[in-house]
Amino acid sequence: MALQILFLIVAILTLGSAIGTVIARNLFHAALFLIGTFAGVAFFYVLLQAEFLAVSQVVVYIGAIATLIIFAIMLTRSVMGREAGALNQWAGIVAVASALIIAALIWLFTIVKFDVNPQPVPDDAIAQIGKGFVSTYVIPFEVVSILLLVALIGAIMLARERHQ
Amino acid sequence: MVAPLSWYLFLGAALFGIGFFGVLARRNAVAVLMGVELMLNAVNINILAFWRFVRPDDPTGQIFSIFVLAVAAAEAAVGLALIISIYRTRRTVNIDEIDLLKH
Amino acid sequence: MSEFTFNLAWLIPLPTLIAFFLIILFTNKNKRLSSNIALAGVFTAWLLSWIVAFLAFFGPDVEIRPFDMSIPWIPTGETMFSIGVMVDGVTALMLFMVGIVLSMIFLYSTGYMSFPGFMDDILKRGDLPEEEENRVEKAKKEGLDPRYSRFFAYISLFATGMLGLVVADNLLMLFIFWEIMGLCSYLLIGFWYNKKYPDPKQITPPQAGLKAFLTTRVGDVLLMAGMIFLFIFAGDLNFQHVFAPETLHHVTEATVTLPFFGTVSWAVVIAILIFWGAIGKSAQFPLHVWLPDAMEGPTPVSALIHAATMVSAGVYLIVRMWPVFAASGHGENGAVTFVAFIGAFTAIFAATIAVAQNDIKKVLAYSTISQLGFMFAALGIGAWIAAIFHLIMHAFFKGLLFLGSGSVIHGVEHGHHHAHEHGHGDGHEEGYFDPQDMMNMGGLLKRMPKTGWTFIIGAAALSGFPLITAGFWSKDEILADAWATHHQVVFWTLAIAALLTAFYSFRAVFLTFFGKPRTEAAAHAPESVNSMTLPLMVLAFFAVVLGWIGIPESWTFLGPLAANPLGGYLGEMAETYGLHHAELPFIPVAVSVSMIVALGGIFLAWLVYGRKPLQAGQQDPLVRWLGPVHKVLKNKYYFDEFYDLIAVRPTLWLARAAYWFDRTVIDFIVNTVGRFGRWIAHFTRTAIDEWFIDGAVNGTGLVATATGSVLRLVQSGQVQQYLLVMLLTVLILIGVAEIIF
Repeated sequence: MALQILFLIVAILTLGSAIGTVIARNLFHAALFLIGTFAGVAFFYVLLQAEFLAVSQVVVYIGAIATLIIFAIMLTRSVMGREAGALNQWAGIVAVASALIIAALIWLFTIVKFDVNPQPVPDDAIAQIGKGFVSTYVIPFEVVSILLLVALIGAIMLARERHQ
Repeated sequence: MVAPLSWYLFLGAALFGIGFFGVLARRNAVAVLMGVELMLNAVNINILAFWRFVRPDDPTGQIFSIFVLAVAAAEAAVGLALIISIYRTRRTVNIDEIDLLKH
Repeated sequence: MSEFTFNLAWLIPLPTLIAFFLIILFTNKNKRLSSNIALAGVFTAWLLSWIVAFLAFFGPDVEIRPFDMSIPWIPTGETMFSIGVMVDGVTALMLFMVGIVLSMIFLYSTGYMSFPGFMDDILKRGDLPEEEENRVEKAKKEGLDPRYSRFFAYISLFATGMLGLVVADNLLMLFIFWEIMGLCSYLLIGFWYNKKYPDPKQITPPQAGLKAFLTTRVGDVLLMAGMIFLFIFAGDLNFQHVFAPETLHHVTEATVTLPFFGTVSWAVVIAILIFWGAIGKSAQFPLHVWLPDAMEGPTPVSALIHAATMVSAGVYLIVRMWPVFAASGHGENGAVTFVAFIGAFTAIFAATIAVAQNDIKKVLAYSTISQLGFMFAALGIGAWIAAIFHLIMHAFFKGLLFLGSGSVIHGVEHGHHHAHEHGHGDGHEEGYFDPQDMMNMGGLLKRMPKTGWTFIIGAAALSGFPLITAGFWSKDEILADAWATHHQVVFWTLAIAALLTAFYSFRAVFLTFFGKPRTEAAAHAPESVNSMTLPLMVLAFFAVVLGWIGIPESWTFLGPLAANPLGGYLGEMAETYGLHHAELPFIPVAVSVSMIVALGGIFLAWLVYGRKPLQAGQQDPLVRWLGPVHKVLKNKYYFDEFYDLIAVRPTLWLARAAYWFDRTVIDFIVNTVGRFGRWIAHFTRTAIDEWFIDGAVNGTGLVATATGSVLRLVQSGQVQQYLLVMLLTVLILIGVAEIIF
């Protein structure tokens, strides 16, 4: 029971911080809210007993992506002053539409019955992930590796200064 | 188990909607990317919830959420590089001022 | 020192690989630094090899229970390729030999790769691009080869290939390193790629490299086929797994019906396919043609790759895979008989050619082919231990001989330049001067004593000079085995080959080192630098002493004294392979034959070349005595011409025919189709296109313009607006779905 209350509290904090991310005027504040959301999501991964994913979430999202975003904010910061507003002219319609999407999804989840399997998580779940990567999913794994490499090179090519 | 499956799914749905709002309503391109990250996180919560509640004996769910994580990292790197590149040439990162498609 | 120390074997191929990458990527500009990196790499590898080798000799009984450690590499569905290292008796012996030979040849190369003479001629011609010319000029000032660093990078990579091949624990990994060596061999044979000869028929280094690569490819493809079949039937390529009795039994039980051969077991097919790989790599008949031409490479390369290590990898492969050969059975259909036949035939075949060659390196090249034939013949008659013994001994003395010949060539070339600069040269010396031709040498022992004496030791070992030299003991063991196992044909063939071996070895010695100098170049040849002579002396030491580890125990007096550690060591291993290894009795006939042929050959060489040394310009007496036979031998039985006729020319002819067919038939069809198309096009243009289609297109265009001018109002260029429209559409679709269902 106590854990369920904790679940609800963290869920509210996460969603609140997500809303903060999308409406904060100051981009730095938005980035900090984003980190909060990531941390909250990591908490849910722990609750789901996906410890490896939780650690990856912290390392990749909070450690790398959030840092990257803050860098981007700082690099493009000189224009922030002349921002007329954080949101564009359709924000109202979008808010309604997003609410409708959420409602539609929740409705969908309530009417579909999933056959829940009460099995516990096996002890070697993380070892299974590792084995999966080098056996069944070896080709997707390699493809993702190449994707990351290409993204890396592409990012460098795009972002580097061109000297004439 | 702490909470039923539906709670996680609702949480994921809400996070997805908020992220979508961010993508559509923010003017700053960096903020748009943050919205995309929120949506990807929502998807991962869903994947892991289904893994935990439906097929905990099969690592496929976890493996795919790792793929999502990797793709998100690639997306962030390329997206931010694009933003910086656009900023260099156009001196702006506001999405509504970037309308090269039209001209 | 526990078995755990054998894990050092994992590290053995690494130092030289690191050296390769360091040189190629970073230090290419700095020649001395590059060669020092290569030396550091190879000496580290040497140290590691010897630690492992000596631990294997004196430590745990790896010859009975091989150390094998592997990790999974590529999952292939039901099975798995692994990479791993294995240390057993053969590996240990090979590591012992390869480590020191590699190191000595690397050391020698630092001295040998000075500025080559032919580069001077290229500079004089002056047709190099300017940048290149500056580089060569700079190299000339340094006195080093313009691509000195690259040479060390290549031989470092080669060393990785050889060391990796030796420690590999499965056939696939062995094959990978095998191909790395093939690549390096190609790169190094063609190393002096801009060397040209006045005679257009003489093969140039890049051509020789290509020839070597393509010829060995024939063998490698067959080896790969054998490997695939082995994988199919054995399910794994790990040696320990393949040699397990159940697996071998399984491979032997499966049979296949072939045209001409009838029904044979798969073991025979696999063994013969694998043996073809060895034929290609070890230059056995009929794929021997590449090795003599491979001598176009720098001499350390000839010593390293084409004498001591790479070519003996073919023998090593068969030694390794011996259980499969043994399982394929003896007799008419057995693969083993084929091995014996090819080996013995190549031994005598190449030895006869070597007798008629004047190029000192060609003599040694044919001698290498012949000696490798000895090893295969030994394997073919089941003398597994003798083959390994000869393999190790041969690496030492043949490496020594090649390095010696390199030193001689170097000296003669320097002498040639010296003579030129000081105006000693006669008029006729102005033309092309071949520093490798023994007819241009003579009397070098006085000028180059260190090189000369070590070369003589090497030649004595190669001839099998009785009792002292290593070559005698290993060759004697092969002959004794042949006699003991009643292979009379093999015995007498090898005996004659051994006689010829002794003859041509000392023919080379007398022509090169004795008598009077036949040219100014030889008269002014200086002794080589210490970094070249030191390896010669080290190898000469081993070429004599190392043979004493294999003296059979049955020998009177000497046998019990030396106690044959090699035979004892490998004997236990042979038994675990299921090879019957009986202690050889002392066979007076075999021993006296092997002594007589060695001494007889040397004596004959002395009669012909030593007693009355050749004078300048004098013809080789063999030409007169043998007549047309000599011409055939000199031209290597016309094998190059034969292959040119049956392989090269048909290919070219086919290519030309295809070209002709393409130009005339195909082009005609294409042109006709084209003309027809043009006619149709003309018709359609006037009749259909301009009148009908244009009207329709213009009409469509007008409609599109009209629609576009309305729709463009929606196209704001605002991505978010588009997305919003998309979102709304999805919501509408969901709404519709809800209403319908």
